[in-house]
Amino acid sequence: MIDKKSILIINQSAPYGSSKARESLDVALTCSIFEMPVSLLFIGDGLYQLINNQSPDALSMKKHEAMLSALPMYDIENIYITEEDLESIGLTENDLAIPVTLIQRDAIASLIQQNDSVLTF
Amino acid sequence: MPIEFDDEGYLRDLSDWSPEMAIQIATTEGISLTDAHLEIINVVREFYQTYQLSPAMRPLVKAVSLKLGKDKGKSIYLMKLFPGSPAKIIAKIAGLPKPDNCI
Amino acid sequence: MLNGLSSGDAVLLIEDAVYSALEAHQSIFKALSPDDIQLSALEADIQARGLEDKLSPRFSSVNDQGFVKLSCEHDKIVSWY
Repeated sequence: MIDKKSILIINQSAPYGSSKARESLDVALTCSIFEMPVSLLFIGDGLYQLINNQSPDALSMKKHEAMLSALPMYDIENIYITEEDLESIGLTENDLAIPVTLIQRDAIASLIQQNDSVLTF
Repeated sequence: MPIEFDDEGYLRDLSDWSPEMAIQIATTEGISLTDAHLEIINVVREFYQTYQLSPAMRPLVKAVSLKLGKDKGKSIYLMKLFPGSPAKIIAKIAGLPKPDNCI
Repeated sequence: MLNGLSSGDAVLLIEDAVYSALEAHQSIFKALSPDDIQLSALEADIQARGLEDKLSPRFSSVNDQGFVKLSCEHDKIVSWY
């Protein structure tokens, strides 16, 4: 059994305006299928991906929130945001679509250190 | 309107699906559908409605395990019902897109 | 972009710009008097992003017809990317 490399995916793009948010989750799901431990960090505009009650029918796009809710089915449960970022957009955990782990901004460095590779979208 | 399939035999328009259509697609895959097949197909259609994704093998096993119990939530059980590549074959019969990232 | 506004102008936020209508970002708009500048955001983009009940009351929600109406009411349209 080869040791699986762990991966951290940093999300800093809002959903819908570009395809980055979806592409990022596609990568996350693919890594999970290959049994790599996946962690997701949402920072800056990436936090907008997590807002609940998304309803993109009028845009004829797939609901980003639905894809996020599939993460536990792919055993992706390490999902991080920073308290500072959440506060800066004036929202609370109740406004989010999925459970997340709140960390301090200065914990980002150790998150990057802990993982074998890091991708940013 | 004739019902359209892509080159690999997946339905182009998901709304064309019906249980009769499932039987027809299954036949082309060499499978005659039983209730045991249908309950799995229903789990996968439900998965798609919730997550807007066709499940790959790992989440498929997990979803079946959650809905139908641990005895059925095993790859070997799914392999027996849908020999070859269960995630792909089930999606095809269920009238859903081919799962992404499928090994 | 806000420096380019004159009294009587209207601002319509679309696509990812609708996030600026969140209460937390209102300092961006504080220099604009509500009597002079009309602020709005596109309904479909608000709904898609789950922002319906999270926006500053200074912004009204505008549907596609409203978008067209605004475009007709004003003699110049300036798009900022």
